[in-house]
Amino acid sequence: MLTRRNALKSAVFTSLAAGALVETVAAQTEESMTPVGEPVDLSTLERRKVTLVAPPFVHEHEQATKAKPAVIEFEMTIVEKEMEIDDEGTMLQAMTFDGSVPGPLMVVHEGDYVELTLINPETNSMPHNIDFHAATGGLGGGALTLINPGEMTVLRFKASRPGTFVYHCAPGGPMIPWHVVSGMSGAIMILPRDGLKDHNGKPVSYDTAYYIGENDFYIPKDADGQYMRFEDPGSSYSDTIEVMNRLIPTHVVFNGRVGALTGDNALKSKVGETVLFIHSQANRDSRPHLIGGHGDLVWETGKFNNPPERDLETWFIRGGSAGAALYTFLQPGVYAYVNHNLIEAVNLGATAHVVVDGDWDNDLMAQVTAPKAIDAAHVSTKALP
Amino acid sequence: MISLKTNRFPALVSLPMLGTLAILAGLGSSDARDVSLPETVTIEAGSFQYRSSGEYLEGGHAVDAPMAEVTFDRPFEIMKYQVTVGDYERCVAQAVCEPRLNQGLDAANLPVTGVSHADATTYAKWFERQTGRSWRLPTDEEWAYAAGGRFVDDAVNADRDPENPAARWLAMYQKFADLETGADPVLKPAGAYGTNERGVFDMSGNVWEWTDSCYRRSRIEPDGSETLIANNCGVRIAAGQHRSYVTFFIQDAKGGGCMVGAAPDYLGFRLVAGTPVGPIRRLLNNLGWHQRS
Repeated sequence: MLTRRNALKSAVFTSLAAGALVETVAAQTEESMTPVGEPVDLSTLERRKVTLVAPPFVHEHEQATKAKPAVIEFEMTIVEKEMEIDDEGTMLQAMTFDGSVPGPLMVVHEGDYVELTLINPETNSMPHNIDFHAATGGLGGGALTLINPGEMTVLRFKASRPGTFVYHCAPGGPMIPWHVVSGMSGAIMILPRDGLKDHNGKPVSYDTAYYIGENDFYIPKDADGQYMRFEDPGSSYSDTIEVMNRLIPTHVVFNGRVGALTGDNALKSKVGETVLFIHSQANRDSRPHLIGGHGDLVWETGKFNNPPERDLETWFIRGGSAGAALYTFLQPGVYAYVNHNLIEAVNLGATAHVVVDGDWDNDLMAQVTAPKAIDAAHVSTKALP
Repeated sequence: MISLKTNRFPALVSLPMLGTLAILAGLGSSDARDVSLPETVTIEAGSFQYRSSGEYLEGGHAVDAPMAEVTFDRPFEIMKYQVTVGDYERCVAQAVCEPRLNQGLDAANLPVTGVSHADATTYAKWFERQTGRSWRLPTDEEWAYAAGGRFVDDAVNADRDPENPAARWLAMYQKFADLETGADPVLKPAGAYGTNERGVFDMSGNVWEWTDSCYRRSRIEPDGSETLIANNCGVRIAAGQHRSYVTFFIQDAKGGGCMVGAAPDYLGFRLVAGTPVGPIRRLLNNLGWHQRS
């Protein structure tokens, strides 16, 4: 008899071109799926373990490093869980890398080897994998990492191109977009070994890095217009696909939910501090804008071998990419970091706040006249234009 | 401290006329009253210390609104509960009220939500026709007085720093962030938030209540007196856990983006009772005259 979980698995498997391959692996669990090639000896390389932290924060890392390329070990557990995505009790049957939406930002240096242990616990209901846009070959690792509940796998890839890159789950067919819009995406930042450089090739650094992962959600509504709640991911599938295929998200959010980065959870900075904002969107275009600020140096496409653009008002993040913007705060106050499709920012949720302490600079801005009644000199005697 | 003595009780009809009107009002009133009178609470005459509403500037900088002594010379009656979905739907069914914003919250005993100031005013006019009494939205002062201990002071208490206009802004942001902590989005049936010391239910729950008070900006002069700079009645005060200034046609004020600060969870209302309606007004009412504002 087919349980729901088994039914889901078979649905996934039949949708996979590599279905047969998966069965082989199940039979010979100790074997690697990597096709035969020249062996690589990494035994002389140093190995370092990194503990990931949940976004918007970024694990401790060097910006420029004198160390030799190393094998950097990460571990992520895939967690299927129900998450609230706004302040109104709207629930998503989320699928997550390491329990957060988006998944954590991984930071390494160019030339390092990323070695990820990926775990799909028995408590999950579906097969998952990971596709790194930063990786070369094997569907970004997706072909080598498909694991069922109760399985784990280790993938190694070389961080050969510096930049910010998306990673996401891609378990085949219609499962791919569904897993992505259920929360399964994150980003990796591969820094040049000598750090970031400005448009003139001069080194630049940041005091803080924040990772803003943007997600578009598609929550079905019932006949009364109420958002539906589901028992498990499987039972949400068909209704969700219907909403997804209309391409109009019900929620567009930063860090997994409306208001995740506002109020008590607002990002913090100080006048004079330089912040690197890393922005990813695995599925849909976005256009970050810092209200009251700018992008001093912006790697819009996120790839550090290209010189950054300067003084941007808004930058474009293509769906399926991650970009980076460096900004030094010059004025105290509350800044709104938004997707400047303002409908998405204000009505659908894509707003974060940055609370910035420090001294006010009257040279940059001053209120010359506080609001007052229109004075005689400005009362128009002509018809309004 | 500024003393601002006000009498907010509205002048509806002159006293000598009342006796005559009461008799006339009794005639033919049963036709009009297809809705029973709601439970009200009488708020006794008296004075209280009140944090004025609106925005205040002093020396060109935003400051907390001053405290004022507000006096009610006469008692007034306010609805014991907020107007409910069931109440409002009767008005919609008669094609007088606009449909409320569909928030999927349809149980008749829930407070009505998804209504604008304009909707609330239309309802008041309709309710007057139904009950033969005049009804209106409370002023912010009346609401605050009726709320008693449930009224939340919205002073920011930021150290005044004329050198740094962002200081007050940041303090206000923190205050709103604190207020939002513990917000409960689940609507509760009328009465669930309990009563205050005056016997009025559900004040400062998660449904903000429209008042008739407009958004004002005032200047505090060096001698301590106030000058009104602007009185914008396109924006009204929604009273609740904090005052919100909301454009009159908005039915749902939740939002983010540029509007930094806490928004009301839901917009609803309750009404204040006036005197019985006079014969001319009753005639107009019965002829179907009602104002949609």
